[in-house]
Amino acid sequence: MKKKVYASLDEAVADIPDGAQIMVGGFGGAGFPNNLIQALARKGAKNITAVSNNCGTRDGELGIMFKNNQIKHVIAAFPGPHANHFLERFAAKEVTLELVPQGILCERIRAAAAGLQGFYTTVGVGTEVAAGKEERVLEGHRCILERPIHADYALIKAQTADELGNLTYRLAARNFNPVMAMAAKTTIAEVEEIVPTGAIHPEHVVTPAIFVHRIVQAKGLRYAG
Amino acid sequence: MRAEGIAKPRLTREQIAQRAALELPDGAYVNLGWGIPNLIAGHLPKGITVYFHSENGILGMGPRAKPGEEDFDQVDAMKVPVTLIPGASFFHQADAHLMTRGGHLDVAVLGGFQVSEKGDLANWKIPGAKGPGGIGGAMDIAAGAKILIVCMEHSTKDGAPKIVKRCTYPLTALECVDTIVTDLAVIDVKPEGLLLREVAPCWSAEEVQALTGAPLIVRRQIPEMSFA
Repeated sequence: MKKKVYASLDEAVADIPDGAQIMVGGFGGAGFPNNLIQALARKGAKNITAVSNNCGTRDGELGIMFKNNQIKHVIAAFPGPHANHFLERFAAKEVTLELVPQGILCERIRAAAAGLQGFYTTVGVGTEVAAGKEERVLEGHRCILERPIHADYALIKAQTADELGNLTYRLAARNFNPVMAMAAKTTIAEVEEIVPTGAIHPEHVVTPAIFVHRIVQAKGLRYAG
Repeated sequence: MRAEGIAKPRLTREQIAQRAALELPDGAYVNLGWGIPNLIAGHLPKGITVYFHSENGILGMGPRAKPGEEDFDQVDAMKVPVTLIPGASFFHQADAHLMTRGGHLDVAVLGGFQVSEKGDLANWKIPGAKGPGGIGGAMDIAAGAKILIVCMEHSTKDGAPKIVKRCTYPLTALECVDTIVTDLAVIDVKPEGLLLREVAPCWSAEEVQALTGAPLIVRRQIPEMSFA
């Protein structure tokens, strides 16, 4: 059986190519795989499409990758008040943005995970996000068609992994991580601790190991702001 | 009134929050948005328990954590470390928004830049502002809450009405607002139009109408707002 535990962060992201579409978990400063993001910044992969709730907190979170101009397109719900590197690239037209309502972002990711080709929703009807989307009336409501968001890689942050890849999260650091973990071809989890397989009670597993391909232990980093 | 050169007192942001807090029923599941709505948690009437929802995956948030007791993995949607009340739970973001969109929350309270007479809401981007704006959870919340209350100032800083016939700012959702609580009035959005329910102390219905960009329905003597 292929071992999922990687010895280093750099090794865990070593094969991420230029042009990859990458989901990155985290919300409100909690649950960001900051060590993996920094490893990807060191590796220098370019022309990345990033899928994440926000667009960095100064140099932290995705900020470092915007600073390095590694991201060409970002799909996000809320770029954020401290996303200065993103805002500079955006103003210079070096990065494009698809702004997505936050719950629809989750659900489009989940659609990809679930093998669904899309869904209809009332969210966004009559607003900018409806532009170019098929509209129809269902159950008496105007709805728009939303399509799945896939990813080559998901970088996620969890609290504990067992060696098989079962994951648990801590408090509200869970946020986008379990959803993104299910949607990517390759999911890489940065975790605070790795325990032997079986050490997490099956009833406590939040993300089952089937969704997790690589695990790397690192002390979590956090960016204030 | 402004026109007469006399500055009448308007409610403070805390007072708007205090009035809006009275709209929350005991035991309700409630999401509070950025700005004035976030202040509501501090004004719950005694004896009322409300389960505050956060779109990053918390139900049952209590007050902000005391200095020195913060856990930055336990933050609300504004990144503020919070406490939990008994019965609280954590879940992932997709389930958090399943709750907002799926009609599971009893009440949501959002801030607003404009509300139209039909209850359309604009609250995520100011035209001409720098940058692309940010939708966050507002569109999901506006589309799905059983009752949507908007808390905002009645006028912009330049004195323009924020309650308008038709929103000119980028929209958040169509026909979603049920009640508007401002520094001048409480207004219900009804199929027949905007029904003036209460006015701020010292304000008359006519004075509120003069600062409102859409007609208000005034069915009776309008009472002053109560705060308890």
